[in-house]
Amino acid sequence: MSVTPKHLDVDGLLTDPATSIIVCCGSGGVGKTTTAAALALRAAEQGRSVVVLTIDPARRLAQSLGLTELDNNPREVEGVPGSGRLFAMMLDMQRTFDEIVEKHADPDRVEQILTNPFYQSLSAGFSGTQEYMAMEKLGQLRRTGEETGSWDLIVVDTPPSRSALDFLDAPNRLGSFLDGRLIKVLMAPAKAGGGFALKVLASGFSIATIALNKLLGSGLLHDVQTFVGSLESMFGGFRQRAEETYQLLQAEGTAFLVVAAPEPDALREAAYFTERLAAESMPLAGLILNRVHPVAVPELSAEKALAAAEELDGDSADERLAAGLLRLHAERVRLAARERRLAERFTASHPGVAVAEIPAQPGDIHDLDGLRLAGGLLAG
Amino acid sequence: MSRPWPSRFWPTQCRLHIVTGKGGTGKTTAAAALALALAEGGGRVLLVEVEGRQGIAQLFDTAPLPYEERSIAIAPGGGEVFALAIDPEQALLEYLDMFYKLGRAGKALKRFGAIDFATTVAPGMRDVLVTGKACEAVRRTATDRPGRAFAYDAVVMDAPPTGRITRFLNVNTEVAGLARVGPVKNQAEAVMRVLTSPQTAVHLTTVLEEMPVQETLDGIGELRAAGLPVGVVLVNMVRTAHLTIGKRAAVSAAAEKRVAALLKPYGVDAAETSALAVLGREHAERLTLEENERQTLDEAGRPVVELPLIGEGIDLGGLYELASVLTAAAGGTDG
Repeated sequence: MSVTPKHLDVDGLLTDPATSIIVCCGSGGVGKTTTAAALALRAAEQGRSVVVLTIDPARRLAQSLGLTELDNNPREVEGVPGSGRLFAMMLDMQRTFDEIVEKHADPDRVEQILTNPFYQSLSAGFSGTQEYMAMEKLGQLRRTGEETGSWDLIVVDTPPSRSALDFLDAPNRLGSFLDGRLIKVLMAPAKAGGGFALKVLASGFSIATIALNKLLGSGLLHDVQTFVGSLESMFGGFRQRAEETYQLLQAEGTAFLVVAAPEPDALREAAYFTERLAAESMPLAGLILNRVHPVAVPELSAEKALAAAEELDGDSADERLAAGLLRLHAERVRLAARERRLAERFTASHPGVAVAEIPAQPGDIHDLDGLRLAGGLLAG
Repeated sequence: MSRPWPSRFWPTQCRLHIVTGKGGTGKTTAAAALALALAEGGGRVLLVEVEGRQGIAQLFDTAPLPYEERSIAIAPGGGEVFALAIDPEQALLEYLDMFYKLGRAGKALKRFGAIDFATTVAPGMRDVLVTGKACEAVRRTATDRPGRAFAYDAVVMDAPPTGRITRFLNVNTEVAGLARVGPVKNQAEAVMRVLTSPQTAVHLTTVLEEMPVQETLDGIGELRAAGLPVGVVLVNMVRTAHLTIGKRAAVSAAAEKRVAALLKPYGVDAAETSALAVLGREHAERLTLEENERQTLDEAGRPVVELPLIGEGIDLGGLYELASVLTAAAGGTDG
């Protein structure tokens, strides 16, 4: 039995003035960045003022959006007809972190933090930093939009995490680390001025510190302590902003779109994400199925096409061409049936989720025309 | 054209195979097929995953893998593939226990969030632990395998994606700024010695599309710059060509007319033939793009092995099919 999902009204979502944030999420390799850019362009061409935050766009796509240099600030995209405007930016994780430090730390501590080896590794390498910084940037864009009126819709692409769920957890993880127990423990000696405090602390803790020192070498702990010490004034800020962003994501006006390709892995991730968003009371607008393969001649079955191809395949170029086209069609019919089954399985287990599809394109999308075409297909 | 798989990337010379690739290119599938191929004919291979995704369990349709090496597949000719999901926290506790006998302190570390700190926050620590565990499996000597020196003939790692692979493997540099002395530093150096030696190869999985190919070339450049040994490029999900593409348009208007006449007896009308011709033109466009990407890949000068698209989705049967393609590619250069 076939299951028909609710139709996702993309244009309705994009043109509704109440929609102020759209978050595109999904596993890696499903076309998230392209989808985010296509949505942003379509919204702009319908009169919205939009900024799209991309994480790691393909080089030519970035160029087509005017993102030739990475300066961590939105730039206006040329060539958008009508009254709407489109801005685009590419996230620079390190720069975003540095800006937070520059803005919120005590002025005389800024240099000390930026040159601390632990800070340098944390800001470049911590597995959640990119996710956290994407959320931080979202908060910033929101504030800038309110102050300057440059945009009233923010479209966010999410980092290519190992699992699409990471970016929801990351702000919390960094937040809970920064004001967690370990940090308090590490702060104690820095506050008391060094060795003395270590001696008077509970034995469990000294064992932990000694073991950590043994393992990591005392240099690291010292760097962490100095870093944490100099960051103290920012701590409340980190936690608070992480919470604000989290609430922003739950607020009315925010819409999550889960992007997936009609393949088992991508749809499994999409299902997890759908459930997770529900659990966190995050507003899911729907699922975008990208690269769906349509069948142009549904009356011709794969079996019939293959049988005809077998008969026709012969000596002349025309016969070979006819046979080739029939085989191509048969392959497409089978692929489409498989994709349909996978999509139906998703809808059967998540019947409330509205779906919109983007048919697969033969070539890669790397200019505004391509994005416009994808946006049009998406809106149906 | 596929170039054969050089024997220097095949046991006994190369024993740690690290498989990376952009998301969506099927790197887990490629890693699993490679493990089956390497085990063929009586070998024993360990397939490890490092990102906690349980992709191997899903691929082999088994229960989630614990932090324990267990047999998951028998290879053609009597080999065996074991699988392990490396959990950094477990790896750390195991490591602490091995070197420090930290019974009580281990618990204290956990209670104070230090284990959490070391495995999720401290940059680079997680990677040292994970790669360290894989290297330990590579070096482990055999106790129950008469005539074989090592416990595993090869270890295949389903590694992080191309964009992060160099940073992930370059543990030495990663921890250098942090742990300047001490066991972590020593461990990182030991791991790096294995990773940069000829017994390791980093293979890159891609598909014939612009972005994955570009990432592959970038990845090769970064790996080389870091002194890490680049292995083979695995081109995955290669479609069968149903049309010959030449200098002229694949399906001209005139050809479409002639094909319509040929298809009419089969109940396909002119409009339907037009629709098929559109499909044909898109296919030709795709094939032309793929050919360009092939040439781009070729310029990297690495051996390239193509794996066919398994139409009905990957299952165990599909994995064996891909493994036989890999074995054939490797077999071509024996002697």
